[in-house]
Amino acid sequence: MMNRRVLLWLAPLTFLGVLFFYPFFRILAFGLSMETVKADNLQLVFHVLLFTFYQAFLSTLLTLLVGLPCAYLFSRFDFHGKSLLRALTTVPFMLPTVVVAAGFNALLGPRGWINIGLASLFNGLTHSPVPFSPIPFVGTLGAILIAHVFYNTTIVIRLVSHALSGLDPKLEHAARSLGADSRRVWGHVILPLLLPSILAASLLVFLFDFTSFGVILLLGGPTFATLEVEIYIQALQMLNLPLAALLAFIQLLCILIFSILYTRLATRVVVQSAPRSTLQHKAKTIRERIFVIAFCTLLFALFILPMLALPLRSVSSLNVLRGGGTPVLSGLTAGYYTELFINRRDSLFYVPPIQAALNSLGYAGATVILSLLLGFPAASALARPGRLERILDPILILPLGASAVTLALGFIIAFGRLLISPWVVPLAHTLVALPFVIRTLQPAIAAIPERLRQAAASLGASPFRVWQNVDWPILRRATLNAAAFAFTISLGEFGATLLLARPDYPTIPIAIYRFLSQPGALNYGQAMAMATLLMALTTAGILLIEKGRLPGTENLF
Amino acid sequence: MLKVYDLCKTYETQPLLNGISFVLGAGETICLLGPSGSGKSTLLRMIAGLEPLDAGQILWDGEDLSSTPAHLRDFGLVFQDYALFPHLNVFDNVAFGLKMKNWKSVEIRARVIEVLDLVNLRGFELRKVTDLSGGEQQRVALARALAPGPRLLMFDEPLGALDRALREELLAELRGILHRTGIPAVYVTHDQDEAFTIADRVLLLHEGQIVQQGTPAEVWSKPDSVWVAQFLGLGNVIEGNCRSQGGKSKGWEVETRFGIFDVKCGHPHQAGDKVHLLVRPRAAAGESNKIQDRVADVVFQQDGFKVRLDDGLYFYLKNEPKIGQKIEIKIKLECLG
Repeated sequence: MMNRRVLLWLAPLTFLGVLFFYPFFRILAFGLSMETVKADNLQLVFHVLLFTFYQAFLSTLLTLLVGLPCAYLFSRFDFHGKSLLRALTTVPFMLPTVVVAAGFNALLGPRGWINIGLASLFNGLTHSPVPFSPIPFVGTLGAILIAHVFYNTTIVIRLVSHALSGLDPKLEHAARSLGADSRRVWGHVILPLLLPSILAASLLVFLFDFTSFGVILLLGGPTFATLEVEIYIQALQMLNLPLAALLAFIQLLCILIFSILYTRLATRVVVQSAPRSTLQHKAKTIRERIFVIAFCTLLFALFILPMLALPLRSVSSLNVLRGGGTPVLSGLTAGYYTELFINRRDSLFYVPPIQAALNSLGYAGATVILSLLLGFPAASALARPGRLERILDPILILPLGASAVTLALGFIIAFGRLLISPWVVPLAHTLVALPFVIRTLQPAIAAIPERLRQAAASLGASPFRVWQNVDWPILRRATLNAAAFAFTISLGEFGATLLLARPDYPTIPIAIYRFLSQPGALNYGQAMAMATLLMALTTAGILLIEKGRLPGTENLF
Repeated sequence: MLKVYDLCKTYETQPLLNGISFVLGAGETICLLGPSGSGKSTLLRMIAGLEPLDAGQILWDGEDLSSTPAHLRDFGLVFQDYALFPHLNVFDNVAFGLKMKNWKSVEIRARVIEVLDLVNLRGFELRKVTDLSGGEQQRVALARALAPGPRLLMFDEPLGALDRALREELLAELRGILHRTGIPAVYVTHDQDEAFTIADRVLLLHEGQIVQQGTPAEVWSKPDSVWVAQFLGLGNVIEGNCRSQGGKSKGWEVETRFGIFDVKCGHPHQAGDKVHLLVRPRAAAGESNKIQDRVADVVFQQDGFKVRLDDGLYFYLKNEPKIGQKIEIKIKLECLG
């Protein structure tokens, strides 16, 4: 038995050991050396840390402001289009950051729909020779905050509405019969019982905002830098690896503290004595109707508009008016898409941009194969945990906690010259995707009853036939899910890829980033086109995952 | 005094309550007795103001309560699964209603101790409610409802989750407390032993309507319908045809598949009418109606024997007959209409 277990763990542990733990210790060595920990560096670290906390805190606050009423909306009311709206709010969480950034850019950016609309209005009304200057969005703190709210509201909604639905309605009845009006029922009974789940959701949202990369880089612009972004800047632009390592270490420390706090909180969520879902009703009073309509509109505006703006923008051509200023809509075009196939002489790439799409697909395929090959043995071992597994389980979670940029930094510090190979990218993607794959496969494997296998064996089936006839049919669904997870994660991965990809082997997110950082309508249009492409691919992946959601994977948090 | 007129409620387009009316006087305990799912809990919630009425009126001392929200009605509620606030200890649970009325802490403390004493939970103030046994939790729930001095108490199958011995003990205590405090009470249950023990008056709920009401003794001795007789398990219900009037008791001669019987009856029947008869399961000494049959099964029950005959009727007898033995029993028959 012991031998079989060791065999199962051999591949995944070697993988993690070489590609995560070894780089991790190199980072520590680099970052904590005497020369690095000096005054100027520490001052920079302190400023960056302060800003990271600040924006994460504000984002979390705003997310709660939007998410809590929405949780109430979903758990108490029944209305037309509820399931659709609910599904829609979960999509953003898995969308790549570049897509989200591009979407908000398409809606609120200097060339985005709001500004185009305002410009037409302005010109139509005033006929003034002074051009309309667009409302600032990209490069402001507001852009970062709004994108974070877009991403993380679903966490609050899921965790809090689950707790809210689990509250026994008799507790409210009892409180009312004892003289408590609505306000006091909420203050004395409901909120105290919801507090653990609200805190847990807040902490999780804070954690995600703390480690945010793509949003800060793409929507915040050069003025804002969180720890994650600073690591990237120091590593790639300043070529100051030791400082980057120090920053990475600080970030890992913070993540570790928050994760411990979170697991402590998650165990303290109160279990209801008689959990029964509250009956949901249609809005009756005027106040309820206004609440439902207002928040449905808000959710629609927040979640659907940016994602609609993106594809629309990718097929719209604009004309710049005489005198400059914000362009005006002039018609539809497929030009940006066709442009992707052409390799212009002075382009940002050495190859036609569509090559980036092919690279992404190739990398995603490799990631799927690698993570399945490594994930299956690990999940099999974890499904029937022994002493060895209990020690190893938390170790497997660690890569999940480390941010993608840190993982990539570790690669750079540990392997330096070996990074010429384009194979580095799928290895990094696999590192990021592996925990999700294992967590998806594990409950499925655990669900195969041992007795079925024994019955098949006693009827004369060889180990392979047993696997073919008992295990595989049950695992087929889970494997598809895990593959979809790995595929989606790889397609949208931005942070690690930015540090590791060779200039002549770009991926879609990198292409979008490059297009967006250059001026010109053609570049902008191509960014929109590529982002729309990526959005379509990842949405397909997400739908595949959601359709095959197994019980047990719901608690991925 | 509580007056309920013509309450109606539909649940998902099916009628649940269809014109419920009753009166509850000062110091009275009435019991709503009916099978599970008959809308008893919904009725309680409607009276408490927690559920809207589709039709009807609720009056307290002549005043219409439709404009009074639930938290101002001063009606206490005790549930089957206690519904204690899990985040508060025993003291805070019981004190909840007093806090809502903005009592001072000194007064709250005195009252909570007094009420805990009443339910035999002295010393339990600081305990966590999740640590208590079922019986203790139910007492806390009762104390919580009693503390603010409600003008009406409503019980929704409060003893359903407890074992038999505990149930009987708590029922007796509850009866004592209700008598002592004099608070009028509406008690809902599907268990007729509970109902008969605690109620001054019993109201039988069937298919959304009150089909019979009266004291336990009245309902027991004069059931109004086949359903009441069967629900209360009063005895064997058999069918028969009215043959002719007259005979010794000036009642009807009724032909059944178990024999021809002479039944005294106050209903307006005609010859040829189909009637339902209740055959009480205890042998009645002075009766002229007899039944003869072979014994099919004998089971010992408490202080007698439950004897089932071949034709399906059952009786409680003091002496144990043998299976297959032919016996004759004098029976009491009542007409159910």
